[in-house]
Amino acid sequence: MKHVKTMVALAAMVSGTAVYAQDDFSGQLKARQGQFRIMAINLGILGSMAKGEMEYSAKAAQNAADSLVAVSMVHQPPLWPEGSDGMAIDGTRAEASIWDENEDFLSKWADFGTAAQAMQASAGDGQDALGPLMGQVGGTCKACHDNHRAPAN
Amino acid sequence: MGRGLIVSAAALAAIAAAGLWVTRAVPDESSDLAALTPDVAHGEQVFLASGCASCHAADDAEGEAKLVLTGGHRLQSDFGTFVVPNISSDPEHGIGDWTLTEFADATRAGVSPDGQHYYPAFPYASYARMTDQDIVDLWAYMQTLPADATPSAPHEIGFPFNIRRSVGVWKTLYVDDDWIVEDVATPELERGRYLVEALGHCGECHTPRDALGGLDTSAWLAGAPNPSGRGRIPDLSPPEFDWSAVDIAYYLETGFTPDFDSAGGSMADVVTNFSQLPESDRAAVAAYIKALSSE
Repeated sequence: MKHVKTMVALAAMVSGTAVYAQDDFSGQLKARQGQFRIMAINLGILGSMAKGEMEYSAKAAQNAADSLVAVSMVHQPPLWPEGSDGMAIDGTRAEASIWDENEDFLSKWADFGTAAQAMQASAGDGQDALGPLMGQVGGTCKACHDNHRAPAN
Repeated sequence: MGRGLIVSAAALAAIAAAGLWVTRAVPDESSDLAALTPDVAHGEQVFLASGCASCHAADDAEGEAKLVLTGGHRLQSDFGTFVVPNISSDPEHGIGDWTLTEFADATRAGVSPDGQHYYPAFPYASYARMTDQDIVDLWAYMQTLPADATPSAPHEIGFPFNIRRSVGVWKTLYVDDDWIVEDVATPELERGRYLVEALGHCGECHTPRDALGGLDTSAWLAGAPNPSGRGRIPDLSPPEFDWSAVDIAYYLETGFTPDFDSAGGSMADVVTNFSQLPESDRAAVAAYIKALSSE
């Protein structure tokens, strides 16, 4: 019996330590910054075609749009644990408003998904379609950054 | 002795009179504004380019709600916190009962209808360069916007900055309607200059301020600390700033930087406004910014 108690206490200590070790949220930070990086790379492909800096390719545009939709389907709450804002930890510009106004934050993420799907539906239809679609996607990016991301240093 | 006192008293009176003269609120020296025909649709363009809603709409307003100019946004500064007033068309709490001349005085000279100075958190030092026609069109458009009966809140400004007459001295030091960039070679550059230096009031954030809060025009658009908190407002002048003209125009249209990060904070509002202007206006701003390189 005493042996069991010791085991439980040890297990609690170990798991407690494990939780403590995760408190810098480095995994979540990498994951969410990585997803934004995937978005930027694919928006870069679509945007360069829209600006005329890269030759339009229906296939490349479609692939990029599909990738944006894929990112938009990643369920966000596990990537944004309480206490992983820029005031609490280094390496992030996440504003506390993400948690204080969580519904607003998640609805803005959903708006990005809607715009990404519009891009997916028409990205293959030619270069002319890309401009307005990029405007829509960009609008959802800045709507969220306006409230929920701190300025760069 | 007696004579000395009289001379001193006279000198003091003269200084006081000069002081009162310098600090008085001088209205806009406008020509006959009423003779101009207002164009409401163009007024909307002036409204967007001037970014009125970015400060005067409620903080959480989006879409149509951005047209309700209820005020309440808090602007932090070294001098205290300015609380943006209601400028909706409400006759009591907004500016609905103003005349065109009063509106022009407020916007271009920073003088209220009852003859007080406004604090330069309201960027009249930039709007001073606004054309008569644009003032008339803007006023016509703003009268079509919704009324809102939210009372304006007082500014939270400590002594001595709460003495509004001191703003009169500030104005003589810092407000005139001269252009910062004097030579513009093409109509596009001229339009870009008007959008940047007058309506868009870009310099108000992107140019550093001196100890008295006036713009240091020798470092025009060279970046500045962010008065509203963390971070720095970017330098738009060479060699620091190396975006192409296409990049700048595209950023103003979509909010995407050349590496496809996206605008945030106050610039998100600017992009929301500029994306609704003609493509030629975004190109004009880009041309003006690129022309800074060659100086």
